[in-house]
Amino acid sequence: MSEILETLTYYFSFPFVRYTLLVGVLIALCSSLLGVTLVLKRFSFIGDGLSHVAFGAIAIASVMNLTNEMLIVLPVTVVSAILLLMTGQNTKIKGDAAVALISVGALALGYLLMNLFSTSSNVSGDVCSTLFGSTSILTLTESDVWLCLVLSVLVISVFLLFYHKIFSVTFDETFASATGVRAQLYNLMIAVITAMIIVLAMNLVGSLLISALIICPALAAMRMFHSFRAVILSSAVISVVCAVAGILISILFSTPVGSTIVAADIAVFLVFWILGRVTGRSKA
Amino acid sequence: MSMQLSCENVTLGYEGTVVTQNLSFSVDSGSYLCIVGENGSGKSTLIKALLHLKAPVSGKITLGDGLKQKEIGYLPQQTIVQRDFPASVQEIVLSGCLNRCGLRPFYSRAEKKLAEKNMEKLRISELRNACYRFLSGGQQQRVLLARALCATQKMLLLDEPVTGLDPKAASEMYELVAKINREDGITVIMVSHDIGAAVRYATHILHLGQEPLFFGTKEDYLKSDIGRAFITTSGGDRHE
Repeated sequence: MSEILETLTYYFSFPFVRYTLLVGVLIALCSSLLGVTLVLKRFSFIGDGLSHVAFGAIAIASVMNLTNEMLIVLPVTVVSAILLLMTGQNTKIKGDAAVALISVGALALGYLLMNLFSTSSNVSGDVCSTLFGSTSILTLTESDVWLCLVLSVLVISVFLLFYHKIFSVTFDETFASATGVRAQLYNLMIAVITAMIIVLAMNLVGSLLISALIICPALAAMRMFHSFRAVILSSAVISVVCAVAGILISILFSTPVGSTIVAADIAVFLVFWILGRVTGRSKA
Repeated sequence: MSMQLSCENVTLGYEGTVVTQNLSFSVDSGSYLCIVGENGSGKSTLIKALLHLKAPVSGKITLGDGLKQKEIGYLPQQTIVQRDFPASVQEIVLSGCLNRCGLRPFYSRAEKKLAEKNMEKLRISELRNACYRFLSGGQQQRVLLARALCATQKMLLLDEPVTGLDPKAASEMYELVAKINREDGITVIMVSHDIGAAVRYATHILHLGQEPLFFGTKEDYLKSDIGRAFITTSGGDRHE
């Protein structure tokens, strides 16, 4: 036990490890808040789709030799999120098909571009770290942390200020707009913060595993809790606990950060699922 | 009684197809209008137009008697999303007050009281903390009706409120709506397949088709050819 503590104290004397923990907790918190809404709106796969778009954008940025990838990644992802979430019911290509199309399309294009115009000697290494997050979380600069901090505060305050509106728009969009709530505006807002969270989370878990960060805590919480508020709160707690646990475990056992966090999320989901069954809280 | 809502020469349709045209009718405060008609006769499109969710192809829909657009309490048909939605009854009923909030992020005490009052009125107070998805069909509809009542003091618009309910729950629902109409003086506009209930509770009937087939009071409808034909073929009156 003391050995573990010693190792952790040793690692936490490095600022970049502390940054990792801070950024991890913030991203986990934001993604779980939004995850509940996205799962209920039947947009579980939006995280996957958008993160692949972001992957494509990173490829474009590195081909263009941009020093600050964010300049291109964030706008491209936000626009795609708006297109996907705003399409609604009346389009020719339905929501899930549109997500799938954009997702694989961007993934393929991104990989193609990276191969054709490779600027680094280790393309597959670059691709792997973008897809699975691997080491980039441990190489965060101070400015990355600040960006993450600002965006997280923004997301959390928007969520708190518009909590009741988000509930109403998620539960019943038609009723909301019939009674004068500007549902389209709130959908747009949800789309924009989703995109921001995904761009942030790419550093942590990589673009393949983002969906897990968004949907697992929400699904776990829904096994056990029956009011929107309780689901949101417990989903946030689950997500933060899993992120912290995942980061600590990955430090102690030198496992990849992203997949360790996701494994923790999956484990909690399984526990909650079984508990829900056993206690009969998830009947019906 | 004063005119609360009127349609003049309204044509409804979507994507270039006209569903119904030359539609003119008006609704007075405190009356109970039932909209009947076959599937595809434009009942849902008319509802969307009345709620300003979809503009009519042509014609004019006006509100009167101080009724504001966002003050129409709407009871929509259930969506798939709602069936397994983790929300308590109280949360859903309260969300009907949202049109009073504006930019204020939280509900005021008055709004919480209003939600409480409407839950009592619809006898769902003891279900306050129950999860919506575990309720019976009839209870779910009462929750949504309570929410609609929070959004309005003047007019309720109900879209097929008894779909999927068993006969007992259906007639309870009708009685509740009739009571709200009678005692609180709230205007009711109901879209229904159930012609029996329509002629039993409504004061006015609007029968939709390619052309509007009938609009007038219930008594006139029962005497009209179209009314008699429709009642016989639908075999209504199962609530008598």
